Amino acid sequence: MGLLTNLKDSISRVTDGLFAADEPKRIGIYGPPNAGKTTLANRIARDWTGDAVGPESHIPHETRRARRKENVEIERNGRKVTIDIVDTPGVTTKVDYKEFLDHDMEKDDAVRRSREATEGVAEAMHWLREDVDGVIYVLDSSTDPFTQVNTMLIGIIESQDLPALILANKTDLPGSDVQQIANAFPQHETIPLSALEGDNMDEVYTKIAEYFG
Amino acid sequence: MPGPTPNVDGDASPDDSDDGGVRIDMISGARMEGLTGMEKIRLILDGVRDGNIVILEEGLSPDEESKLIEVTMTEISPDDFTGIEIETYPKAETNDQSFLDKLMGRKSAQKLTVIGPANRIETLHKDENLISTLVSRK
Repeated sequence: MGLLTNLKDSISRVTDGLFAADEPKRIGIYGPPNAGKTTLANRIARDWTGDAVGPESHIPHETRRARRKENVEIERNGRKVTIDIVDTPGVTTKVDYKEFLDHDMEKDDAVRRSREATEGVAEAMHWLREDVDGVIYVLDSSTDPFTQVNTMLIGIIESQDLPALILANKTDLPGSDVQQIANAFPQHETIPLSALEGDNMDEVYTKIAEYFG
Repeated sequence: MPGPTPNVDGDASPDDSDDGGVRIDMISGARMEGLTGMEKIRLILDGVRDGNIVILEEGLSPDEESKLIEVTMTEISPDDFTGIEIETYPKAETNDQSFLDKLMGRKSAQKLTVIGPANRIETLHKDENLISTLVSRK
């Protein structure tokens, strides 16, 4: 029974892809907190629409709701791809309001922020299972990529058969090590960039058109 | 067939860990086999919220892991439960999947998994052969 259901799902996925080829693809930007997801979302949105997606901050969990920027048209080598960018909260398995107190926050604000953060992460997981057509997975290339959250998230994305582009962000930082990310996820292509400085965005757009077009 | 009871060891008292010790529940694959995804998550989270360390012989599927994160987030509350720490061995590039499994996208979930309360368990070292964790009594 499970075999038939899986086969039906596989066929359905292929036919959905064929008939929905002209509709914008919803591309979720995922990754751990503070990887630079919103900076990247803003960079893409500003480059192609002139608008931003949301505020950026060095404080973890600045993005506490999934935010969507619709109909972003990216043209690359004569090829046009239309995507909806979904900027998601950083995924984690734990949120402690006390960590926000280190950022000069009052307890009430810290508790509210942590509550919103937990709701945002739950929402992001739901989006991943139900509502995205592809994933841009953003990692801070100056930190260790061998974390459980990264391992689980990449496993979840692979189990959904979603096209996934791995971006090694923050190459402008002194401790950046792109190769470490490539070693952590050898089954995927890793593209280096600095979303903050706009470095290597040409290649990022080429790959977005290639993966999600 | 095992039932979805949250108390893994029916003979154990819930106060077992109150004497300063740390309770570890090692749950076999057979024990988890008959449970639905939500029952597995409930079993894990109820144990972890009691302060226990839960070790799964065969781990969770990616979909179950996704739901575990989602449910964990909904249960976090200030000064009570700050979430979970979870560790499994990194995914190995194995060839243990059958052709049909690969064709249908089924992935093996057989990986030992350690889950504990985020405020009591800290990973010291992890590689493809070893998970070293520090568990505090609190």
